[in-house]
Amino acid sequence: MSTTYLEAIREGLWEEMERDPNVFLIGEDIGAYGGAFKVTAGFFERFGARRVVDTPISEAAIVGAAIGAALMGLRPVAEMQFADFISCGFDQIVNFAAKCRYRWNASVPMVVRAPSGGGVHGGPFHSQNPEMWFVRTPGLKVVAPATAYDAKGLIKSAIRDNDPVLFFEHKALYRRIKEDLPSEEYTVPIGKAKVVREGKDLTIVTYGAMVWVALEAAATLAEEGASVEVVDLRTLLPLDRETVCQSVRKTSKVLLLHEDTRTGGMAGELAASIGESVFEHLDAPIVRVTAPDTPVPYSPPLEDAFLPNAEKVIAKARWLFRY
Amino acid sequence: MSRAVATTLHQNWHADPQAELAHKCLYYMSLMREVEDRIERKLYRQGKIVGGVYVGRGQEAIPVGTALVAEPGDVLFPSHRDMAVFLIRGVTPGRIFAQYMGRAGGVTGGRDANMHMGDLNRNIVSIISALAATVPVAAGAALALRYQGSNGVVFSYFGEGATSRGDWHEGVNFATVQKLPVVFICINNQYAYSTPLGLQMACANVADRGPGYNMPAEIVDGNDVLAVYEATRRAVDHARSGNGPYLLECKTFRMTGHSAHDAAHYVPKDLFEEWSKLDPITRFEARTLAEGWGTQAEIDELHAAVHREVDEGVAWADESPYPDPATLLDGVYESY
Repeated sequence: MSTTYLEAIREGLWEEMERDPNVFLIGEDIGAYGGAFKVTAGFFERFGARRVVDTPISEAAIVGAAIGAALMGLRPVAEMQFADFISCGFDQIVNFAAKCRYRWNASVPMVVRAPSGGGVHGGPFHSQNPEMWFVRTPGLKVVAPATAYDAKGLIKSAIRDNDPVLFFEHKALYRRIKEDLPSEEYTVPIGKAKVVREGKDLTIVTYGAMVWVALEAAATLAEEGASVEVVDLRTLLPLDRETVCQSVRKTSKVLLLHEDTRTGGMAGELAASIGESVFEHLDAPIVRVTAPDTPVPYSPPLEDAFLPNAEKVIAKARWLFRY
Repeated sequence: MSRAVATTLHQNWHADPQAELAHKCLYYMSLMREVEDRIERKLYRQGKIVGGVYVGRGQEAIPVGTALVAEPGDVLFPSHRDMAVFLIRGVTPGRIFAQYMGRAGGVTGGRDANMHMGDLNRNIVSIISALAATVPVAAGAALALRYQGSNGVVFSYFGEGATSRGDWHEGVNFATVQKLPVVFICINNQYAYSTPLGLQMACANVADRGPGYNMPAEIVDGNDVLAVYEATRRAVDHARSGNGPYLLECKTFRMTGHSAHDAAHYVPKDLFEEWSKLDPITRFEARTLAEGWGTQAEIDELHAAVHREVDEGVAWADESPYPDPATLLDGVYESY
């Protein structure tokens, strides 16, 4: 039976809560209501108020309480109703959680789930991709799955990890993609990118919902005779530079793609890493396809113009092939 | 009980429980005073402390009177002027000096400075510089204690300035909604850096914030160690019995600048004079003599023992090496 991306996250959470009594959920409207996106529907009935903790509208308290519980040996999974609201818990994440181990050798085995991304007409405060605020904070781990398989495997790994993990789940994927998942238990390792399509002429490096845009572009380009490799980062911190560089060594051309805005985005860090490590393998400039440096607009024509899509990727890829 | 207490315990000190408690109070207040004096007035001026120094001179009765109530399973979140919490939990003066000196033997091994230290083996959680940030974390620790079926209580310390912050209110609100076992301990020393109370809040007391959270709140003389001790017992009993948080506002005065580099010219001189008459150690020594809990000779002996312990600690810290730069990258993650 096919499982959606959203159901995959739910299954991963459920299995971990069944497996480990120290795992509990904390967030706004996650209990009786089942969460704004219904990821935790049914959990309150199964696990009760002790393990599914509904909170006041208090992101700093949600994250802070998760940190405190994690320091005491529990494994909290905190839900931000939208990733956009994570800024209200920013200090707790970047100054408290991220630095505990380095400063005083204290483990914070906490997960913060953050439904992120555009394409849902959510406007400036329900569409953002705030992952880079955290990617440049040592001590955090940041994951952003693109598939149902990875979503389930990574949420399970995140819960078992002894460091704080931010789990960016893309809202536009929740119910749009599905696949058959293994019936046996599995996890997906944090810190490992994956080549999701093999090719020899161009590497597209991306993550999250843009993996599907890259695959769509690659399919179209294949019809034109171009062979495109797609690397899904899956984890943004720690970053798997080796898989990226290995692919670039093979294809000699690279297009960096993300839904996040341009300046200070992941593409910049990747470009620098590629330049440092495999410059002599490059046959063309490193190019980026990203959202522009604006807030995420609401109206469909504006949001469509904001978001990267296959058409924009194909145009840049053709330019690279002509180079 | 620390070595020094054991060695200086005179027959009379534990002739009755009250005298024994008096001895502990006096010992830890004096030890905190001496450790901090040595840090601020000697080591800092000798250039041996490379970073900031923030002391709790004149406020010793608060960490002592509260932390002496704590059971081993209780979890403590000391703030930056609560040195005695560490001493009571058995952190040696030597490791504290080494912490301030950035040495490998410090509690954080040179990773962080001054009172930014914690030790989960002793159930002490480290502050971060944005002090109110520990309040929601303390609430989470209390949630975990209840979740785990422990009857432990969390002691959450902060200054009056911290109560202006949003995360203080978020943490207190969550703790009261959930009826968590937390004692919120406000050290109201009337200045947050240079900002006096009147520019910090419109209400007269931090305790006035309690009713808004349906939380019992009590004001206590923060320079009277036994008053703090008794109030803490009431607060802890309340929290341990499942009745939810309790707010204790300990009124005191910051007898220094914000830090060692701050001469506090903005504080009216007569306030220092007025509060110096209420010094918690001097006051408690007089009480000890009046109650017959100890003699002047025994008090002198206690101070001499504290001096020796502090001397030994400084010597130990001085011997401790600086951390190896090769360890710079270690411990960002569990294994990476």
